[in-house]
Amino acid sequence: MHKNAIWAGIAIIAGIVVLFSLTKNKDNPSTANQSSSSTVYEHQLDNGMKILVQPDTRSPVVVSQVWYKIGSSYEYNGITGISHMLEHMMFKGTKELAPGEFSEIIAKNGGRENAFTSRDYTAYFQTIANDRLELCLRLEADRMRNVIFKNEEFLKERDVVAEERRLRYEDQPRSLTYEQFNATAFVSSPYRHPVIGWMEDIQAYNVADLEAWYKAWYAPNNATLVVVGDVDPQQVFKLAEKYFGPLQAGEIQPPKPQLEIPQRGKRRIEVQAASQVPYLLMGYKVPSLKNIEDPREAYALEVLAGILDGGDSARLSRQLVRGKQLAASAGAGYNLYSRMDSLFILSATPVGEIPINTLEQAILAEIEQLKQEPVSATELERVKTQVVAADIYQRDSMFYQGMRLGILETVGLGWTVMNDYVENIQSVTAEQVQAVANKYFINKHLTVAELVPTVQNSQP
Amino acid sequence: MSTAALTGHSKKRIGIVVIAFFLILKFSIAEAVPNIDSWETQNGARVMFIAADSLPMVDIRVVFSAGSARNADQPGLALLTNTLMVSGAGKLSVDDIAEKLESVGAELGNDALRDMAVLSLRSLNDPDKLETALEIFRLIITQPTFPAADLERDRQRLLLSLKHRQQQPESVVKEAFYQAVFGTHPYASPTQGTEASVNAIKREDLLNFYKRYYVARNATIAIVGKLNREQAETLANELISALPDGEKPPAIPAVPALQEPSEKRIELPTTQTHILLGQPGMHRGDKDYFNLYVGNHILGGSGFASRLMQEIREDRGLAYSVYSYFIPMAADGPFQTGMQTRNDQAEEALTLLRDNIRRFIDEGPSADELERAVQNITGGFPLKTDSNKKLVEYLAMIGFYKLPLDYLKTFNDNVNKVTVKSIQSTFKRRIDPDKLAVVMVGGVADKP
Repeated sequence: MHKNAIWAGIAIIAGIVVLFSLTKNKDNPSTANQSSSSTVYEHQLDNGMKILVQPDTRSPVVVSQVWYKIGSSYEYNGITGISHMLEHMMFKGTKELAPGEFSEIIAKNGGRENAFTSRDYTAYFQTIANDRLELCLRLEADRMRNVIFKNEEFLKERDVVAEERRLRYEDQPRSLTYEQFNATAFVSSPYRHPVIGWMEDIQAYNVADLEAWYKAWYAPNNATLVVVGDVDPQQVFKLAEKYFGPLQAGEIQPPKPQLEIPQRGKRRIEVQAASQVPYLLMGYKVPSLKNIEDPREAYALEVLAGILDGGDSARLSRQLVRGKQLAASAGAGYNLYSRMDSLFILSATPVGEIPINTLEQAILAEIEQLKQEPVSATELERVKTQVVAADIYQRDSMFYQGMRLGILETVGLGWTVMNDYVENIQSVTAEQVQAVANKYFINKHLTVAELVPTVQNSQP
Repeated sequence: MSTAALTGHSKKRIGIVVIAFFLILKFSIAEAVPNIDSWETQNGARVMFIAADSLPMVDIRVVFSAGSARNADQPGLALLTNTLMVSGAGKLSVDDIAEKLESVGAELGNDALRDMAVLSLRSLNDPDKLETALEIFRLIITQPTFPAADLERDRQRLLLSLKHRQQQPESVVKEAFYQAVFGTHPYASPTQGTEASVNAIKREDLLNFYKRYYVARNATIAIVGKLNREQAETLANELISALPDGEKPPAIPAVPALQEPSEKRIELPTTQTHILLGQPGMHRGDKDYFNLYVGNHILGGSGFASRLMQEIREDRGLAYSVYSYFIPMAADGPFQTGMQTRNDQAEEALTLLRDNIRRFIDEGPSADELERAVQNITGGFPLKTDSNKKLVEYLAMIGFYKLPLDYLKTFNDNVNKVTVKSIQSTFKRRIDPDKLAVVMVGGVADKP
C-alpha cells in the first residue's frame, strides 16, 4: 500500500460529496475495511432512532455523527442531487437558529464540522472536545426536525452547489467520464445518477422541492447517531434520550426497489473532454454483500480486489505499470457495503503512446487469468495480512471508526457485520476467488468507458 | 474531510436559549499533549519520539532537507530521486520491496515537497513483522540503487502526469502563482519539473543528489508508536547508522519581497476561472507566526468562520471554496488567497478578494472576531493531536524546522497572547495590498 507521489490524487471512484473543502485535506479516512475488537454500545429510542457508541479514550475528543438513510440512490430523474442540496440547506437555520449560526456555535466551541452525501447516506459530523458533546446533540436534534427553508438563502446556496459541480465535475475530464460511465452501466438503478446531480436538475430545484425532501426523510426513525471517543456510553444514551427522545417519528415511505435490469451485452462509450491524457474505466455488474445470496462470494470479491490492487505488489501494479509498462497507473475496486448492487471497477491510464485498446486487452487478460488459475497461496496470504494490519491501523482514526459503524447501519447490513469481517476474509480460498471471477466477470455484464482527449499535446 | 470549522461572523444572533447553552470552559491542554523525547544519533541525525501505547503499531517519518528547493537548475530532480529510492535498494528490486513490505502488512509512503523529502513507514509492532519492515526501510534510506530501467519508467509516468496537469486549472494556477511570487527563488522550481527538465535528468544526477542530501546530518526521524525510549533509540540507530554523517546543506535563501503588483491570465477551456492572489508570507519559527496565523484564521483560514467564506460564499453564492492561508516554510512560504468561480463572475470575485484583504489590513479584525477565533483555535487544540498519524507529522515538522520541543504545549498560550492591535500592525507590516501577485486561469466568459 505504497502511496505514490507522482500519481497521487489522480485516482477517482469518488462517491462522496462534502459540504465544503479546504485545500489541505490531511485526514482522509482510508477506504479499506476493518473489523475491530473495540466494544460498541447500542441503544434505541422509542421513536426508532438508533444510537451507537464506541469508546476510544486515547484523546479527550469525541466524534459525533448523525446518519440519515437518504442519498442519491433514493432519487429519481428530475431531482437528481437533491439529497446533497438538502445537506447544504441543513446549515441555513432553524426555528431557533439563524443561517450559519449552527456552524458559528460549533466553531466557538473549538469544534470542526462538515457533512457529506453519498449514494446511500447523508451524514453530519462534529469533532470536538469530549465535554462539548451535549452541544452537538442538542443542535443536531434541532435541525433534524426544525429547519426553515428561506428562498433567498436557497437561491444563493443553489449557486454554490452549481459552482461545486463545475469545480468537481464540469472541469474534470476524468470525473465527467466516471459520471457517464455510471449512466451507461446502470439503466434502471438509481446508481446511474451522480451524487451531486446533473447540472440541469440542480438549476431547476425550487425551495418547495427541498422542503418536501426534508419532510420525507429527516426523522429520528430514519437516522442513526454514532459517537466515537472519550465518552461514557450510558451518559451518551442519556443525552440522546434528552434531545432526540422528544422528536416525533416520521412516516417514512420505503424507497421503490429500482432494481437494475439484467444487462444484455457489453456496453462501450467514448467521452470527449478537454484532456491531453486518455483514461479507461471498466465495470462488471456485481452484487453487494447486502443482496448477495451467498455472502462468501462478496468476501471473495473483496479479496479479489486486493489481489489486483492491494498495493504495489498486487497484479495491476506489478504487471501493467511495471512488467508490461502499459499503464501509468491502474486500480480496481469493489464496494462491499453498498445498499444496491454495484460495479467491480477497473481503471487505468495508458502510458506514452500505448493505445487504449492495448491496455483494455491487457486488463482483460488479467481477468482471464483469474478465471483460469487459482491465485497463489502467497498472494492470498498477503491480502489477508494486509486486512489484519489495516484493521489495527484504522483504529488510529476515530472518524473512520464512526464512519464504518454509520455506513453499515445505514445501508441496512447492521454494524455487527464488522465483527466478522477479518474472519470472513481469512476464510476465503483461492477456489472461491476463482469461482467469483468466473461467475461475475462475464463479458455481457461489462461496461467500458474511454476518455478521448480533445487537446493535442502542447506546452503552454 | 475538511478539518476546518465553519460559521458566519456578521449574522445577527437569535435564539438566546442556544447562546446561554454553552459555557466557555478553560481548556487544560498540557496533560493532553504527550511528551516529546528528542536526541541525536551518533552520526548526527535528529530523532523525535513519542511513546503511544494504545495501538500495537509504529509510525516512522524520516525527512531530509531535500525537497524541490534543492533542485537548482533541474526541476523535478528532488521528486525523481525520492521516487526512485523506493524502486530498488540493496539487492532488492522494486517488486521485492513491494512484496516483502506488503506481506507483513506494512505501508510505505514517500514524497518530495518544497522543503522536505519524506519517507514514511507504518508497521505493526509485532517483532517479526516490524523487523522485516524496518530492514527494507533501512535499505531504501541507506542503499537505494536507482535502477536505470525504473528511472525510465518513472520518467514516462512523470511526463504523463505533467501533461495531465497542464489541463487542470488548479495545477496550472498554482504553478504560475509560485512563479509570480517567488521569481528566481528556489521555491519557484516546480516540484514535478517541466517536460524539458524531466527529460534531461540523468541517473547520475539522482545519485549525486542522493549523496549530497540524504545524509545523517540532514535527517530528522520522527517515531510514534508502541515502543519505549530504548527501543526507539535502537530503531533509529538501525535505520540511519549506515548513512554517512555528511554535511547540512546551506540554508534556503531568504525570499525577497515583491517589488510591484502583477497580474497574469492563462486561458484554459474550463467553465470556471481559478484565482490565486498573494505574496511571500512567513517562515517556520517566524516571530510573527501567531499574529499571522490567528489573523488569517479570521480572514480566510477557518472555513465558514472566516470573512472570505462569509462574503463570497454565504452572502453571494459566488464560490464553493474560498480561503486564505500562509504556508510557513524554511524561508517565507506563500501567503495565498484562492477561489474558483464561473468565468463571467471572475472579475467581480477578484475585486471582492482584493477589497477584503485591503479592508482586513486597514481595519484589522473586530474584538468579537478575535475572541471567536481564539476560542475556536484553543478549544479545538486536542483535535490536532488525536491520532498517531497527526502526531508523527507534527513531530517531523517540529524537528525539521527546529521549533521548540514545547511548541505544542505552549501553542494555546501563544494564541491567547494575540490582540486585535497586534494582528493589525503585523498584517500592515507583512502584507502589502498594493503588491499582490494575481494569477487567473480559466475560460473566456460566455453567457451564464
